[in-house]
Amino acid sequence: MIIIGERINGMFRDIAKAIREKDPRPVQEWARKQEAMGAGYLDINVGPAVADRVSAMKWLVEVTQEASKLPLCLDSTDYDAIEAGLEVCKRPAMINSVPAIQEKMDRVFTMAAKYDAEVIGLAMNEAGIPKDAESRVALAMELVANCDAYGIPIDKLYIDPLALPCNVGQDHGPEVFETLRQIKLLSDPPPKTTVGLSNISQGTKNRELINRIFAVMAMACGLDSAICDACDEELVAAVATARILLNKDIYCDSYVDVFKSQNQ
Amino acid sequence: MAVEIYKEKYRSQVREVVLGATSADGGTRSHTIKVGGETALPFLHFEGENPNRPVIAMEVWDIVPEDWPANLKACFEDVYNDAAAWAKKCVEEYGADMIALRFKSADPDIKDAPVEECIVTLKKVLAAVGVPLIVYGCGKAEKDNTIMGPLAEAAEGENLLLGVAEQDNYKSVASAAMAYKHSVIAQSPIDINIAKQLNILISEMSTPLLDRIVIDPTIAALGYGIEYSYSIMERARFGALNGDRMLAMPMIGNVGHEVWSKKEAIISAEEQPGWGDQAERSMAWEATTAMALLQAGMDILVMRHPGAVKLVKQSIDELMQDNSY
Repeated sequence: MIIIGERINGMFRDIAKAIREKDPRPVQEWARKQEAMGAGYLDINVGPAVADRVSAMKWLVEVTQEASKLPLCLDSTDYDAIEAGLEVCKRPAMINSVPAIQEKMDRVFTMAAKYDAEVIGLAMNEAGIPKDAESRVALAMELVANCDAYGIPIDKLYIDPLALPCNVGQDHGPEVFETLRQIKLLSDPPPKTTVGLSNISQGTKNRELINRIFAVMAMACGLDSAICDACDEELVAAVATARILLNKDIYCDSYVDVFKSQNQ
Repeated sequence: MAVEIYKEKYRSQVREVVLGATSADGGTRSHTIKVGGETALPFLHFEGENPNRPVIAMEVWDIVPEDWPANLKACFEDVYNDAAAWAKKCVEEYGADMIALRFKSADPDIKDAPVEECIVTLKKVLAAVGVPLIVYGCGKAEKDNTIMGPLAEAAEGENLLLGVAEQDNYKSVASAAMAYKHSVIAQSPIDINIAKQLNILISEMSTPLLDRIVIDPTIAALGYGIEYSYSIMERARFGALNGDRMLAMPMIGNVGHEVWSKKEAIISAEEQPGWGDQAERSMAWEATTAMALLQAGMDILVMRHPGAVKLVKQSIDELMQDNSY
């Protein structure tokens, strides 16, 4: 599972302040810290508190790139902000995200083709998040078909089946695992998969425990990546261990350290 | 519409290791040799690059190899009292790409030669040939730990390939390589997990050494478990090509050492009439073992018989021809 480090997000107070004051230090510190912990991508989200999301995104991308060579995952519902970020990205980035809504897919896949970007597609549409696996997979198929129609290789598409907090939508859990399994049967090569990991534990008291157990269960169903806390040591160790148990990495006694250093 | 033939794509590559150093880099070799750098499985030129051809190092001892069968000894009988002349013959007459010098004399059960004597020999061999050198101790860790440092110091800057670092005994060789600018053979007992761990241990001593490690996965001769070696090497190479940095090193194998102690290489036709002529059989055994290992990704073959070397070199010539489409 590739870790998409979630920490550069304007929802966090230090990042919001950094964006307001144009102070690159907190951003760059988190970029380096997440990279050292084994993140494969850095999520970049300007957060809700900014008026000019376009210029904030551009600034965040620029200062993050000064500190880290990791590819970026540009996270916004404002596609103009994403496009501004893509313009200044030095390496192909990831667009986070697009639902299975036609006009949004048209906008996002056009951008993805232009900037050679990967795309996170959400298994939801105008009607919201479906409850069962079949409906989620149907939306995933729409995303796959659109991705293909824009000439983007399917393995650049990451489908998020959308996990809900386990204390609210407990019945969604098994549907999400089943969706992950079925997504891998949609095409050859199949699309990749991702989740926003912290969603699953929103509002619970054992957030880190729930996050990491969900992560390894989902990995066994075909989860390729997650937007999560790269600095959660236990999570990173659990992911490294699951990769060994799934025969994705070759075992050695220092496998957790190797996992952390793999992108350096 | 033309049929598009499926090609495997890998996301990473084997590290390229340079062996030897010319005067420009503080050594005295006439040229350096690069090994590794592959971006695809061996010789699948249509799927990626095999930028450096596998090389053959011929083994030279600093004592007379009494146990070698007559047909092997005969190839060196005019020189095996003199390691420098022996090395020169291997390079000039038999086409060795490298020399693997083995300090058998240092073995406490053979001659227990002092390190000063080994240094004299090493300097003579360095003067006699221009090719990069592999230097092995006697194989007994306790003694080797005392000689590898001084040998490395005496050849400072030559970028020797020093053997061997093992999981329980890697520090002396690795620190000798680090201090005097040499490369290291990291040997593991047909165990991919230990191979990987050993590389991590060495890199923890010095990160730059990561680009100066050659893996010895320990190979077996044909008929003696070569398939185990093969599968370990194959798995390591798949790991390397798929991004495992700690297994992305070129590999070396002691083909001659393994083959020439086996009965198929030694027993005469009189004893085993059905096996055919011993001289021809032993050479074929060494060559066949080497060729199988080439297919598993071996980058440096340490061999003994010039006839086998010749056969394998011809085979490498053919395998290195472009087959891309």
